[in-house]
Amino acid sequence: MAVKKREKDLTFWERIYIPEIVKGLSLTLKNMFKPKFTMKYPEEKFIPPASYRGRPVLVMEENGEERCVACGLCSRVCPALAIEVQAGETEREKERYPEKFEINMIRCIFCGFCEEVCPEEAIVMSKDYELAFSKREEAIYGKDKLLVPVHQVQDRIDFLRSYK
Amino acid sequence: MNIWELILISLIKILLTVTVMLLTVSYLVYFERRISAWAQNRLGPNRVGWQGVLQPFADVLKLLLKEDIVPVVANKPIHTLAPIIALFVAFTTYAVIPIGGTLSILGYSIPLVVADINIGILYVLALTSLGVYAITFAGWSSGSKYSLLGGIRSSAQMISYEISMGFSIGGVLLFAESLRPYAIVQSQGALLWNAWIQPLGFITFVVSAFAETNRLPFDLPEAEPELVGGFHTEYSSMKFAGFFLAEYANMIIASAMIVTLYLGGYNLPFINVDLLGLSNILVILIQVLSFLIKTAALLFFFIWVRWSLPRFRYDQLMNLGWKVMFPLSLINIIWVAALIMIFKL
Repeated sequence: MAVKKREKDLTFWERIYIPEIVKGLSLTLKNMFKPKFTMKYPEEKFIPPASYRGRPVLVMEENGEERCVACGLCSRVCPALAIEVQAGETEREKERYPEKFEINMIRCIFCGFCEEVCPEEAIVMSKDYELAFSKREEAIYGKDKLLVPVHQVQDRIDFLRSYK
Repeated sequence: MNIWELILISLIKILLTVTVMLLTVSYLVYFERRISAWAQNRLGPNRVGWQGVLQPFADVLKLLLKEDIVPVVANKPIHTLAPIIALFVAFTTYAVIPIGGTLSILGYSIPLVVADINIGILYVLALTSLGVYAITFAGWSSGSKYSLLGGIRSSAQMISYEISMGFSIGGVLLFAESLRPYAIVQSQGALLWNAWIQPLGFITFVVSAFAETNRLPFDLPEAEPELVGGFHTEYSSMKFAGFFLAEYANMIIASAMIVTLYLGGYNLPFINVDLLGLSNILVILIQVLSFLIKTAALLFFFIWVRWSLPRFRYDQLMNLGWKVMFPLSLINIIWVAALIMIFKL
């Protein structure tokens, strides 16, 4: 076994502790008067950068239609099996739309695979991190809660494009 | 002064002391949290009431409402007895510490101490050593290995540090030639505080006081990372609160003892209040204030040290206690004896 030798012994002043203790105490005293990092949460809120992965949302075009074509890739790739999609037919140009789109927010692990795999940029991660439920049923988000106008998630879409 | 008046005055003094102690203890917990937060660039509890000043009451209410859990393997009577001993020791010790001179009011002369007994220091030493039993009992009766380890560490630590503590008090007693706390305070006066005359004894006493109160850097009996919660792992609800209160009450006693023995008690530094020709009430007020400010400063020091220094390892603790603190306190006694011989103090 290789014996690792100490680089140097403590000097006499280091060994009687007291100067070192004074050094440590002065450091903490200095820090007591420094500005605090705490964010006073309900009054001040943290605004995350575009790279932040918050609650996944569905993108809604300006005319009120969803981008999603219900291909089911997101539901397929989801490691936590949180997404459920049911496709339906429509007269619109894209021909398909999700009749039902549900994300179980208790299961979601915010990995962002769904937005990575989406061919239509229809599901993206938003900046919303305030997710609290008082019932399990409330945690299942349907289309009413998931659809978000495109301008609200535009910086996330731009961020995704810059990395693709 | 007949017996009934004496009893009444004593009861008032006891009531005042206990109330002030309890309030100080709960606010000490609050300040511990605030100061620790400031030292770490945080804010700490500031929501309950203005700047969080009602936080202690919320904490106590929470602890009262918690379920009291006793482990199946625990020795129930001793498990219950332990926090009672801890609290008893913490609150009775304060009886002999004078917070001011003699107050003359309505024809009575009342010394501002609950019990002015001539073996005061011995009484404090005796009771604080009883405190070991609380922790050892708690550790042993819980029926948990972590608690047991905490209890064993605590008894070993307290026994080894009590020796250097006793010897450093010896230096003070040589000067005062009395065990009466009043005599010790008066022997120091405004100038010759024991902290200046015998700095070695002062340092050893402060370090031993840290060890006796189980505060960091010597909080091995609780050592959270290694022993879960140490001796109070298996305690909950008000029994846990008992240990918690006792720890902080011990801190107050340690600071009050340091003030009495080494920092001139209720005396002002460099100014003899008795010679200023003020009325009795004013003198007493100044004395009590100076005592309280000194104690508060020491309490701040206790908290400040806790959030600055890392914990000692067990063998380092024993090394320090037996190989450094003990000889240093002996040297201090010789130093004081030499001083007395040379200057005929």
